[in-house]
Amino acid sequence: MNQSFPDATSIAATVRGQEVSARSVVAASLAQIAERNQTYNCFTTVLAESALEEADQIDQAIAAGHDPGVLAGVPFAVKDLFDVKGIPTLAGSKINAERPPATQDAVLVTRLKQAGAVLVGALNMDEYAYGFVTENSHYGASRNPHDTSRITGGSSGGSTAAVAAGLVPFTLGSDTNGSIRVPAAFCGIYGLKPTYGRLPRSGAYLFASSFDHLGPFARSTRDIALIYDLLQGYDAGDPVCANRPVEPCLPELSKGIDGLRIAIADDYFAKGGEPEVFEAVETVANALGATQRVTIPAPGRARAAAFVITSCEGANLHLEDLRKRPQDFDVATRDRFLAGCLVPGSWYVQAQRFRQWYRDRVREIFQTVDIILAPSVPCVAPKIGQQTMMLDGKEVLVRPNLGLYTQPLSFIGLPIISVPIQRPGQLPLGVQIIAAPYREAFVLRVAAELEKQGIVSAPVVV
Amino acid sequence: MEKDFGQFVDVMAAIVELPIPSEYRDGVVANFERIHDVAQLVLEFPLPEDVEAAPVFVP
Repeated sequence: MNQSFPDATSIAATVRGQEVSARSVVAASLAQIAERNQTYNCFTTVLAESALEEADQIDQAIAAGHDPGVLAGVPFAVKDLFDVKGIPTLAGSKINAERPPATQDAVLVTRLKQAGAVLVGALNMDEYAYGFVTENSHYGASRNPHDTSRITGGSSGGSTAAVAAGLVPFTLGSDTNGSIRVPAAFCGIYGLKPTYGRLPRSGAYLFASSFDHLGPFARSTRDIALIYDLLQGYDAGDPVCANRPVEPCLPELSKGIDGLRIAIADDYFAKGGEPEVFEAVETVANALGATQRVTIPAPGRARAAAFVITSCEGANLHLEDLRKRPQDFDVATRDRFLAGCLVPGSWYVQAQRFRQWYRDRVREIFQTVDIILAPSVPCVAPKIGQQTMMLDGKEVLVRPNLGLYTQPLSFIGLPIISVPIQRPGQLPLGVQIIAAPYREAFVLRVAAELEKQGIVSAPVVV
Repeated sequence: MEKDFGQFVDVMAAIVELPIPSEYRDGVVANFERIHDVAQLVLEFPLPEDVEAAPVFVP
């Protein structure tokens, strides 16, 4: 762990042990943001005043002998689709800036604050989460800390750049078709997309409800596990939220990978990308001793079905604004949203029915394996403004193809962590560690094993 | 039968009362055609009759 940029677990330990005050930790984070955010353009709002007040409250609680929470004094930030009391929830749009400020925090933000974490701001994203690039025409492109001429990935690009640059030790984002895993891979950090319905989305601005997930980004597996454990728990405000007991993952990390049957996804997931992404998967597989291959049936159709459902649900959510003020949408989303309003109903229903069929096939695979490995992205982060790229010898459009390997998996809500592969002198990549529904502990155990072996890591880029 | 995506977009937009400014029309038609092409991968797949869409999806 870089001593200049400790992870959330380390920060909380020093604050709880009164080695350092919450105020000084939060002030240092705010100073980093003030100095370096102009380079990376991660933040759309910085909450300096309220963050310092909350930090003082943590310090006062400690001084009074109260338990300040397991994330005491840890600064964090959230994608700007999470409600934050007192500011409008932009969701990357110009339109939402006219809305009244949120009257309360999103449920996940509340849970983190209750654990002592201190919210320092809201983060840039693709408009209404409809994109993989975070090149937002209203708020500018976020820049990849590994190479500022390149995209962060999206749609949670502000969230991943802020962590990779060391502005905050952890953030929250959302993933509908890959928006946690794609930017986590491009920015070289950990990103967890839990099982669909596992974490409540109450107070988060949705994109396509059938697939919307929330989850954390961090620079260590213990942070991901700790934060995920704090985020778990039913909330009636999200009709999709599963009413399941909390299943803590942090105590599971030390179990290693004994007993886990690990396989590599072949066929669709072993082609269509640049050679280095498959090398990254092989590196991970070798470290885990995994040699078995499994074939997920029809992932290309799954991706197509996800595309149809997303276009339809996303468009429906914004139908009134599309009728009245299409000119106020980001040029990158506008025509896609307008087209999505016209999709025949039978296409949508067929795609939803296909989802059930496909889910059942993948469930069968998980009868014989516990973990599946696949690339997170088909290439390294493209340049900002880049329209086309070469993939597997063919020139293709950048934007629709970055979710090649993520979209068929979020389609059926599987828990997945994208783990960061650092390549000295080259841009980072990510590998998806995939498990059956509600087996977050399995994916985190595998990630922790890889971290222990030094195969994956997320050092701050300075 | 040749599919006229421009005509579909014009008619459907009128029926669902979605005005599409002329400067966006080409982009909307191109995007609709893309959705159409992608959707074929799903529509051509023979699903058993007893596969239902779930009101709340359970993973």
